[in-house]
Amino acid sequence: MSCTNARRVLVIMPAWNEGETVGSTVTEVLDLDEGYDVLVVDDGSTDGTASVARAAGATVLRLPFNMGVGGAMRTGFKFADRYGYDAVIQVDADGQHDPREISEVLKGLETADISIGARFAAKGDYRVSGPRRWAMVFLAAVISGLSRTKLTDVTSGFRAGNRRAIAQYLDHYPAEYLGDTIDSLVVAIKSGCRVTQVPVAMRPRQGGTPSHNPVKSAIYLLRSVFALLFAMTRSRSRIAAQEGTA
Amino acid sequence: MGNTFAPFIFALVMVGIVLELVRRKVFREKYAALWLIIGASALVLAGWPGLLPAVSKALGVQVASNLLFALCIILLLGVCLHLSWELSVVEDENRTLAEELAILRAAVERIEVELSGVEQKVTAAAKERLPLPEGSSPFTVGNGPDIFPSNNPLEGK
Repeated sequence: MSCTNARRVLVIMPAWNEGETVGSTVTEVLDLDEGYDVLVVDDGSTDGTASVARAAGATVLRLPFNMGVGGAMRTGFKFADRYGYDAVIQVDADGQHDPREISEVLKGLETADISIGARFAAKGDYRVSGPRRWAMVFLAAVISGLSRTKLTDVTSGFRAGNRRAIAQYLDHYPAEYLGDTIDSLVVAIKSGCRVTQVPVAMRPRQGGTPSHNPVKSAIYLLRSVFALLFAMTRSRSRIAAQEGTA
Repeated sequence: MGNTFAPFIFALVMVGIVLELVRRKVFREKYAALWLIIGASALVLAGWPGLLPAVSKALGVQVASNLLFALCIILLLGVCLHLSWELSVVEDENRTLAEELAILRAAVERIEVELSGVEQKVTAAAKERLPLPEGSSPFTVGNGPDIFPSNNPLEGK
């Protein structure tokens, strides 16, 4: 809330038991000194996530129980809408998303309603293989076709949205698995939101270990295809009416 | 007659239990509806033992008990579907409440902090002019965060 005449940007950080990393990530964002407000949504953590984040200078919303990334993001969008933010950007609390790239991803909003920080777009060395890669390529191809823009990484959580996107998300943002990335994106495109992508480099996680289990990757592939098929059959949201009042 | 008397009593007891639960407001009426339909059909079938074979014959079902089983399965599936649907609705409402709660809690905490600041200033200003008796400040906040413990007007209580 430091600059009143510029557009107000809210950085939403869903965090579940990320006490190790959330503090440094919040500090990094605030140190950018670009006037971003940081909102940490503590998704029912049992460690010190909330107090660490508050000490680092973020506003903290504490959910009474774990609702998943989708649930945490819904809460963040609701907060952004109530307090009249012009743009939101989702940043992972584990430090994988480089806070210095926030302004790059936000720049994508100049031409679109949703801007995705893509991990394969010729920058950085993010690599996946096996079924997880097939899933990502397949999803990217289908959703690119829907949006008529080239998207290479539709499951990235590093994404920004403007007021129109927030209104759309408030209407439809499933809390289910993959609902926060694939389902919400497909319905947003159907509802007339423009999507663009900005290449970003990913940093290694500061805490926790990524999974490379092939069985888990295969399950991921199946579930993502399932989520996509469901999303394709959903009806569009009516956000035109809300735009007039906003 | 003995083999039709027992199912009749059984069905009667079940309908009685459901009605009593609704009367005591343990059960909501919408959940009772399906069970009452099942109980009533059981009562009718047990009361007129000739009805089931006659209906089976009319529908072309060779073994009368198969008709009974099929109907049971359909009704139980209906009950299950109804419960899943209600549960999804409740879960959705629950989640919305949790979201609201988190936002309101953050707002309340912020207001409490701001209010204790105001309260602090008011008591400091009042003390300068005339020392107030303990606990008589008009700005006391119940159970607020103890941010300024040394000057908190609630401390004397």
